[in-house]
Amino acid sequence: MSGKTLYDKIWDAHVVQQDADGTCLLYIDRHLVHEVTSPQAFEGLRMTGRSVRAPQRTIAVPDHNVPTTLDREGGIENEESRIQVEALDKNAREFGVNYYPVSDVRQGIVHIVGPEQGWTLPGMTVVCGDSHTATHGAFGALAHGIGTSEVEHVLATQTLIQSKSKNMKVEITGQLAPGVTAKDITLSVIGHTGTGGGTGYVIEYCGEAIRSLSMEGRMTVCNMAIEGGARAGLIAPDETTFDYVKGRPHAPKGAQFEAALAWWKTLYSDDDAHWDKVVTIKGEDIAPVVTWGTSPEDVLAITDVVPAPESFTGGKVEAAKRALSYMGLEAGQKLTDIKIDTVFIGSCTNGRIEDLRAAAEILKGKKIKDGMRAMVVPGSGLVRAQAEEEGLAQIFIDAGFEWRLAGCSMCLAMNPDQLAPGERCAATSNRNFEGRQGKGGRTHLMSPAMAAAAAVTGHLTDVRDLMAAPAEA
Amino acid sequence: MEKFEKLTGIAAPMPLVNIDTDMIIPKQFLKTIKRSGLGVHAFDEMRYLDDGSENPEFVLNQPAYREASVIVAGDNFGCGSSREHAPWALADFGIKVVISTSFADIFYNNCFKNGMLPIVMPQDVVDVLMKDAEKGANARMTVDLENQVVTTSDGEEFAFEVDPFRKHCLLEGLDDIGLTMEKAGAIDTFESAAAQSRPWV
Repeated sequence: MSGKTLYDKIWDAHVVQQDADGTCLLYIDRHLVHEVTSPQAFEGLRMTGRSVRAPQRTIAVPDHNVPTTLDREGGIENEESRIQVEALDKNAREFGVNYYPVSDVRQGIVHIVGPEQGWTLPGMTVVCGDSHTATHGAFGALAHGIGTSEVEHVLATQTLIQSKSKNMKVEITGQLAPGVTAKDITLSVIGHTGTGGGTGYVIEYCGEAIRSLSMEGRMTVCNMAIEGGARAGLIAPDETTFDYVKGRPHAPKGAQFEAALAWWKTLYSDDDAHWDKVVTIKGEDIAPVVTWGTSPEDVLAITDVVPAPESFTGGKVEAAKRALSYMGLEAGQKLTDIKIDTVFIGSCTNGRIEDLRAAAEILKGKKIKDGMRAMVVPGSGLVRAQAEEEGLAQIFIDAGFEWRLAGCSMCLAMNPDQLAPGERCAATSNRNFEGRQGKGGRTHLMSPAMAAAAAVTGHLTDVRDLMAAPAEA
Repeated sequence: MEKFEKLTGIAAPMPLVNIDTDMIIPKQFLKTIKRSGLGVHAFDEMRYLDDGSENPEFVLNQPAYREASVIVAGDNFGCGSSREHAPWALADFGIKVVISTSFADIFYNNCFKNGMLPIVMPQDVVDVLMKDAEKGANARMTVDLENQVVTTSDGEEFAFEVDPFRKHCLLEGLDDIGLTMEKAGAIDTFESAAAQSRPWV
C-alpha cells in the first residue's frame, strides 16, 4: 500500500462517518464567517429553531462591505451594505460566536485575521463562505470555500458532507530570480494549468522555492489555488510555519503547544504517496508576470506582448477576442506599453505586511505618476499598525498613495472603492473578471512590487528595471 | 428543498468558456440578506445596456430563450467566487439544469443545495447539445434525473453520471442539514475523541 499525502492525513483525521458510496461527514475545526455569505444561513437557523453547534470554533468579521476611508466610524452610507454589516453584528452577538467588529483594531479581511490571531493552525479543517479560504492551506490546513447552504450546515452541525478530491502535486524547484515573488509563482502556475486545471483536485505546493517562502508568501500562493480550480491548496508545515504560529493569541501555549507540535511534524506527504497529477515548474523560469485578459489564466511575463486570439484553441479563441475587446488591447502590443490609471495594493492575496514592505521598497523616495490614483488597503488593522510602526505608511503617503483602513475594498468593489468604466488598474488582488473591480473596469493582476512600479511609471513595468542595482563588489 | 425529477424545457446556448460567478451575479447584488428575487439580476452586465434596457444580443433576452430552463455552456462554468447567489439567481430566473464539460467545484456543490442539476458531459456531447439548443424555442430538451439521461429535441439520448447521494437528495427534495443532525451521536463521539487527541483545537 502506498503512503499518504498531506491531504489524505488531514482528511482521515477529520472523518466523522463514511457512507458506503464514499461520501464522508467531515468535521470542521474552524468556521470563518463574513457578512456577505452568512445572513441567509443565520436566518435559516432561526427559521428552523437551530443553534450554532460550536460557537467557540466560529469566527466572524465584516470585511467585504466596510468602507476603508478614514471617516468610516461615521457609519456606512450605502444602505444595503450597512444592513448587511449590521446583520452580521446582530447574528454574531445573538449566536455567541467570536467576533471582530469594524471598531476593533483586529478587524480586517477574514483570511488575514484568522492566521494573524492564531485561529488557523496546521492540520485543521477550515471553511468559510468565501472561495479564498484556500489561503489557510499555507499552514498545512485543509481549507476551502463553501456556499451559503453549507455555511448553514456547518453552523448547525460543525460538519460538511464531502467527497474526497484527487491529489495533485505542484512542485516549484530551485530558487526565484530577483524581482520574482510568491504572486508570480501562483499566477504562473495558473497560466500553466489553466483555471480548470485544478478542478477535482487538492493541490499540494512543494519544492525548494516554496520552502524558501515566508508564511505571507505561502498564503499568497495558496490563496489563488481556487483560481486554478482546485478545491484547496496546501503547503506542508515546517519550522517557518511553527515560528509564525507560536505566540499567536489563539495558538496553543506551553505543554499544549509541544503536543500540537509533535503532531504537526507528522503532517507531510510520504515519499511513496500516490499523486493523480504532477506539475513541475523551475523557479528560475518564473518571471515577474501580469495578466492581460479577463481570466486569471491569462498570464504572461511582463517582457511579453498581448497575444493574438488565433494563437489559442477551442472556446478560448472567442474568449480571448472578447477579453481583448473588453480590456481595450490589441494583439501584439507590448505589455509594458499599457498605460495604467489606478493602482490597488491590498486584498487577501497581497494585503499582508510583507506585501506592503515589497511595495514600499520600490516606492521609497519616489512619486507616483501625475494623475495616478493609488491606494494601499492593509489586510487588517494590525497590518496597518505594523506598517505605520515600520515607517512604510509614510513612504506610501509621501509617494502619493492613499493610506486606507482594512477591508476587501477594490478587490471586488462591494464598498465605495470601485473602478469607473474603462478605468485601467494594476491590482495585487486575485481576479481580473469582467466588472470585478467595477462595471467596465479593466484589471491587470500582479505582485505588490510590480504594482508599485506601475504606479511610479504610469504603465505596466518590469519591476527589475526599478530595483536598486546590486552594490559593486 | 424543491424536488428535481424530470424536466422538459428550452435550452439556451452559452458557448463562452469560463463563465464566472461575477458574470452570473455581479457583486452589487450580493448585498441582499435574502435568497429570493435575484433572477432579474442574473447575468446583469451582459443582459442589460448602460441605460438599463435589455441588450437584445444577449441570449436570454432573445424571444426564443426567455423561458429557458436549461443552459448549455462552455468549459469551467461557475468559476470564481463561492457566492451561492449565482445558483439562486439562475434558479430564480427559471434555470434548473446547466450542462457543460466542466464546472467549478463550489458552484457545482451549490447547485445541488438549490434543487438544480449541473450535468458534466464530454466535449462531443456538449457540442451536440449546443447545436440542439441553438435551434430555439421549438427544440425542447428533456433531462431525466431518475434514469440519468438527457434527450435532445431529435430524440437522441445521452447518459450522464451523478453522485448517488446527491441524486437521492434532489429526487426527494431532502434538506441535508436535517439528515446530518440525525448523526449528532457520531459527531458527539468524534468531538470527544478529538478533545483527547487534539486538545489544542
